[in-house]
Amino acid sequence: MLLRSLKNIFLVLSIGLLITACSTSAKKVAIKGDGAGDAYSGSDTVKFLATGVADRVFFATNKSTLTTAAKQTLSKQAGYIKSSKIAVLIEGHADERGTREYNLALGERRANAVRDYLMSLGVKAGDVSVISYGKERPVNSESSKLAWSQNRRSVTVKNK
Amino acid sequence: MKKIIFITVSLFFFLIQQSFAVVKIDITRGNLEPLPIAVSNFYLDNPAQFSPELKKLKLDEKISAVIKNNLTRSGLFNIIDPKSYIQSPKIAHLKPRFEDWALIKSQVMVSGKLLIDSKKRLRVEFRLWDVVAAKEIEGLALFATPESWRRIAHIISDKIYERLTGESGYFDTRIIYVAETGSKEQRVKRLAIMDQDGSNNKYLTLGNELVLTPRFNPTAQIITYMSYFKNLPRVYMLNIETGIQEVVGDFPGMTFAPRFSPDGSKIIMSFAKDGNSDIYSMDIKSRIVEQLTSHPSIDTSPSYSADGKFITFNSDRSGAQQIYVMKSDGSQVKRISFGEGLYGTPVWSPRGDLIAFTKIFKGKFYIGVMRSDGSGERLLTENFYQEAPSWSPNGRVLIFYRETAGGKGGAGASSALWSIDLTGYNEKKINTPTDASDPAWSGLLSK
Repeated sequence: MLLRSLKNIFLVLSIGLLITACSTSAKKVAIKGDGAGDAYSGSDTVKFLATGVADRVFFATNKSTLTTAAKQTLSKQAGYIKSSKIAVLIEGHADERGTREYNLALGERRANAVRDYLMSLGVKAGDVSVISYGKERPVNSESSKLAWSQNRRSVTVKNK
Repeated sequence: MKKIIFITVSLFFFLIQQSFAVVKIDITRGNLEPLPIAVSNFYLDNPAQFSPELKKLKLDEKISAVIKNNLTRSGLFNIIDPKSYIQSPKIAHLKPRFEDWALIKSQVMVSGKLLIDSKKRLRVEFRLWDVVAAKEIEGLALFATPESWRRIAHIISDKIYERLTGESGYFDTRIIYVAETGSKEQRVKRLAIMDQDGSNNKYLTLGNELVLTPRFNPTAQIITYMSYFKNLPRVYMLNIETGIQEVVGDFPGMTFAPRFSPDGSKIIMSFAKDGNSDIYSMDIKSRIVEQLTSHPSIDTSPSYSADGKFITFNSDRSGAQQIYVMKSDGSQVKRISFGEGLYGTPVWSPRGDLIAFTKIFKGKFYIGVMRSDGSGERLLTENFYQEAPSWSPNGRVLIFYRETAGGKGGAGASSALWSIDLTGYNEKKINTPTDASDPAWSGLLSK
């Protein structure tokens, strides 16, 4: 057990070193201001939990980072969840351009990014649960860049 | 349920005399000349023993047809047109005139006879003849209930394959997969099982909940898979003989990507919690769970090496999905994929030498193989979307699924099973009654 935790510390340490070592080359990669990348920014497919409270946020390919737009949506969701005292389920989704098992993990990561943000805004942990559907439940089944961007999403649904 | 499971097939070598192999196929080369082979129809020895119903089954023709289909699909054999066979099945089996078979350019010939024994069992006897050397090189008699005639045909096919290639066969095997129906947005998925050649298709679940990624226990009629039963995505185990299923382990979150260890004693899988997926193994008997990776990245799609000493998996700890190998206790993690693009779904060959994978590069999907140290990467096939290779038990053939692009509303999108030889040749679609995905090959049933 001790050995294992020691090993993990080493692992974290070596990763830390790796990241430092790579930082110079990482700067060269062009990233848009808020990490939105190819995240969808339109309003098609979007539904509403309440007036003005959109139910979903979108992600860039293989990313679970919340964009500025996503954070705005989620702060409205947090306000609504707190004031109406409801519990919610966050569904994490991926597009069809990844392997099935990796996408299940990615959906879970996205749903948790949303959960963490809602909790940082005062939503109680017990009121937000998550589920990942990976690429199993697309909202737009066309094979196009637009459809894929609409499918890379998390959807907040009321949890009865 | 019981029906799909086996009737014991007893087999013994009919001929003790084993001559030197004169005819031999070299399957290690890339492109090869298929071996010209004649497969005679079998014949009914003492037809009076066969009931009218049994006669109607035309097993003398059907067993031969299944063998022909297996050999053709392997890509290693070229079946000579039966119209050119001069001898009757009986003469071919008892005392073939080799000159006649040589004349139609056949190098090897298969013959056989059927009879019903006193216990009402079907007895199938086959012989493999080396036409060039003018002698018998293999012979076998098998007993089974008449309903399991297909398995007999597969076992005979395996014997022929083994005798002529020097490697074990893969015809007496089954494929477990996910049968898909309905729109992509509300896809209905059922577990299905079929013989390796697509026959005897049966459904194991009703489609009430989403099921994904079934895999065989290499040593028993048990599968592991992921199900969204009660909207709780978890890994399950299902005994396909008894129909009993159970959740694997007691995890407070999603478990997925299960696979058995080669000896069938453990299940390895991913457990996702708080946005992080790590790899765990569970000993099936003791239920002891062990955490093998502990990294704030996605670690998934684990697969044991053939000797059980190592595990390959994919992780995005480098910033993108890549393939890693570690010892089976989780130590000595080493990245092995360094080519351009993303690498996923690594799966270790049952022969132990290669790892098959999915590669994503510039919007295309590839199935490929590399050595377990990451060297010798070879891409076998490129397409719009394909993933999740699974090895035949002899490590010669890969089965995977391929999706076509959908137009508006998903129009025209389809998903199907395909197989390809390790050499990259002989790519073949495997027909299924519905769309299909997530195929996994069983071990040899008659081992």
